[in-house]
Amino acid sequence: MKTPLSWLQLTHEKTRLLVALAGITFADVLMFMQLGFRDALFDSSVRLHESLDGDIFMLNSKTDTLTGIRSFSQRRLYETLGVDKIERVTPIYIGVSTWKNPIARKTRNILNVGLNPDKNVIMLPNVQENISVTKQQDVVLYDRLARKEFGPIPELFESGKTVKTEVGNRQIKVGGLFSVGTSFGADGTIITSDINFLRLFPNRKKGLIDIGVIKLKSDADLEENIEFLRNKFDYKDITFYSKAEFIQHEKKFWRTRTAIGFIFTLGTIMGFVVGTVIVYQILYTDVADHLPEYATLKAMGYTDFYLLTVVFQEAIILGLIGFIPGVSFSMLLYYNAAKATGLPIMMVTSRAISVLILTILMCCISGIIAVGKLRAADPADIF
Amino acid sequence: MDNNTVIEIKKLDHYFGKGELRKQILFKINLTLQAGEVVILKGPSGSGKTTLLTLMGGLRSPQKGSLKVFGKELVKAKKHQLVKIRRNIGYIFQSHNLLDCLTARQNVAMSLELHPQYSRSEIKQKTQEILEAVGLGERSNYYPQNLSGGQKQRVAIARALVSHPKMVLADEPTASLDSKSGHDVVNIMQKLAKEQGCTILIVTHDNRILDVADRIVELEDGYLKQAQVKVN
Repeated sequence: MKTPLSWLQLTHEKTRLLVALAGITFADVLMFMQLGFRDALFDSSVRLHESLDGDIFMLNSKTDTLTGIRSFSQRRLYETLGVDKIERVTPIYIGVSTWKNPIARKTRNILNVGLNPDKNVIMLPNVQENISVTKQQDVVLYDRLARKEFGPIPELFESGKTVKTEVGNRQIKVGGLFSVGTSFGADGTIITSDINFLRLFPNRKKGLIDIGVIKLKSDADLEENIEFLRNKFDYKDITFYSKAEFIQHEKKFWRTRTAIGFIFTLGTIMGFVVGTVIVYQILYTDVADHLPEYATLKAMGYTDFYLLTVVFQEAIILGLIGFIPGVSFSMLLYYNAAKATGLPIMMVTSRAISVLILTILMCCISGIIAVGKLRAADPADIF
Repeated sequence: MDNNTVIEIKKLDHYFGKGELRKQILFKINLTLQAGEVVILKGPSGSGKTTLLTLMGGLRSPQKGSLKVFGKELVKAKKHQLVKIRRNIGYIFQSHNLLDCLTARQNVAMSLELHPQYSRSEIKQKTQEILEAVGLGERSNYYPQNLSGGQKQRVAIARALVSHPKMVLADEPTASLDSKSGHDVVNIMQKLAKEQGCTILIVTHDNRILDVADRIVELEDGYLKQAQVKVN
């Protein structure tokens, strides 16, 4: 085994090593936070989608997001019932109306979900056990994780009080609680029956629905059936999505049609650049400080390639070691951020791997720039 | 050319710069070094001593004439050929240029690691032996920052000689040392080189060390003085 020059070189100056590691940690935390928030925001926008118990979803072809949904006729949905492999179909109404804070008397937009309470497909905590109350006229389920600006509804409800307020132009009563959480498009969500939904939206026509949830029989193949539905019901006004596609479709809207994706990607790039600059500074100083020694090694017969490897090894070692505090610190911050914002921020392996790759890439880019100096180490100049 | 000739230089010219700024540094140099010789190259500053040394060491590409090192022509040689030549030459610089992150032993080992034929235990043994030979056997695990100037230069000598090079090139090896350690350093160099039968070329203006030389050659304004003084 040869002398591990890169390792010894790095560890020789402890202060410089610590500064380098702190810099990489900082860059990693920056990248993790940006990516974490971005993914959390995207994930939060599809919590309702994920909770729907269905295999195939029918949407108006022009629908990009649940918060800007377009309706289609439920006849399209019921037509598919003729297919053998389909167990059941469920129409869902979606609409945005205003909720009046019963204490502060201020209004704010809230997402309304309406469906037949006997055929519930929303698999969110407490929906199944509470949804039957919405069979009563003007009774809704309220999201306990909705923003505080809607009023202290969960507290009032749980203390046994009757919570009445206005949604749109109608007075309603909170009949129960469930949990879904906030997202970009919705600061809060209420669930009610299809009939109550149409009462809240008097301009909407019965039978013009927003999501068609299709459940296949347990032995049915998803790919095969979605293909079959697409060919069989080839209407221009509706599109079929698998559950994964349905979720991706919503995320894609937020990623491409809003600045959110861009902003967080920019933040990530900034983290990357900061990290690159810090690692470059460290490697460059290292090379510059040891230029005569490196030139001596060249004079002894070491090749340029050997010295380049030394610098790249240093870069990769820095990246790998710096990643460890980076990822630990980020997990701590995720935990606190999740507690503070209610967004689903957590460490996922795929993101950890992406950031690790970015870190190593960052260190290698720094290495490439720093190495330019090394080529200038001409042994003839040190005599 | 017989086997005893280490360096054979014929009509070597060397220029610096390009175009109008082109300036000739070395003029028609003829010089032959035999195996085991200790030769001192002296001359005033700017006479081209160092240039000649770097050309002989394969650190610079020679341009015109003929320069054979160990029988290999270096004029128009490829870069990787120069790198190969360098592995058979030991260098000692004015400043020691030891890597400060490595111990004395590791610094010396760097020189042996270039030669794949040595095993790890051989490297350890040889580095220890040579450090003892330069009087630093006790300090092989010291870092350069804990060694004195003379000791560092002795480690540098150990590094240059450990792989038994056929030739050692030393550029002002005593310049940064006081008279006594300067002389010690040169004596050690001479002793080890004699034991190994290796040729030494020392560039210096230090008159205190001229006595170690078998032969002194002088360079002035790029011309080698043909009057080569034979000492002893």
